[in-house]
Amino acid sequence: MLIFSVFKTLTDQQVTVELKNDLSITGTLKSVDQFLNIRLDNIKVSDEARHPHMIAVKNCFIRGSVVRYVQLPADHVDTQLLEDATRRGDNSTKAIVLTLTIKNRNAETLKFHYG
Amino acid sequence: MDSLIPFTTSGALVDCVDRKMLVILRDGRKLHGVLRSYDQFANLVLEDTYERIYHGNTFAQDWRGLYVIRGENVVLLGEIDLDVEDDVPLKEVDYQTLEPYCKLEAEKRKQRDDAKAQILFDQNGCSKEGGEGDGY
Repeated sequence: MLIFSVFKTLTDQQVTVELKNDLSITGTLKSVDQFLNIRLDNIKVSDEARHPHMIAVKNCFIRGSVVRYVQLPADHVDTQLLEDATRRGDNSTKAIVLTLTIKNRNAETLKFHYG
Repeated sequence: MDSLIPFTTSGALVDCVDRKMLVILRDGRKLHGVLRSYDQFANLVLEDTYERIYHGNTFAQDWRGLYVIRGENVVLLGEIDLDVEDDVPLKEVDYQTLEPYCKLEAEKRKQRDDAKAQILFDQNGCSKEGGEGDGY
């Protein structure tokens, strides 16, 4: 749940998702769910020549089970906070999300949790 | 996202319904069709489906019809931008003509991946990835 919460705080950020077939997709993170399925908008595929079928695709939904890595914007992740949260266990996920959210000044995300 | 239920599978997929979508499966198949239904596992119903194959700067498509796709086989579901679709710099050719080239290419890729996995396993102690067909 912790990682899910972290992803939720990263909506509207630019992320790069690398799939297990070595396809790398960069786009704006629009949504994520409990399986870590990822919804990306305005995508750009690296090495488009090798993946011509992706040219006409602008938004996509990636199934969590085929993802190898997600590259996150470092300045939007508080690793110290995550480390503390991991040590504490997962009981206070909500508090962490709140803290992360305030840190990112992302009023929209805050609304999702407590609205 | 304008969805009513944020951060759920349904919320992410609801605005894709009745649109032309590209579905990539784990065996590498690319299906173009209209998304008609889905559920929380990303099981999908695709209507008017064509399977597309690509080679170099050409592509070909073959009629398939109605699909119910089990979610575990889905890699990616992409929304086709209909404006961009017409400008894609690829030439459509006959499916029967292109199919042998794609089969050959898939065969080569499989051999290369097998060889790579074997080397990684023997020399670097990496476990084999995927197991049953991650050839997408």
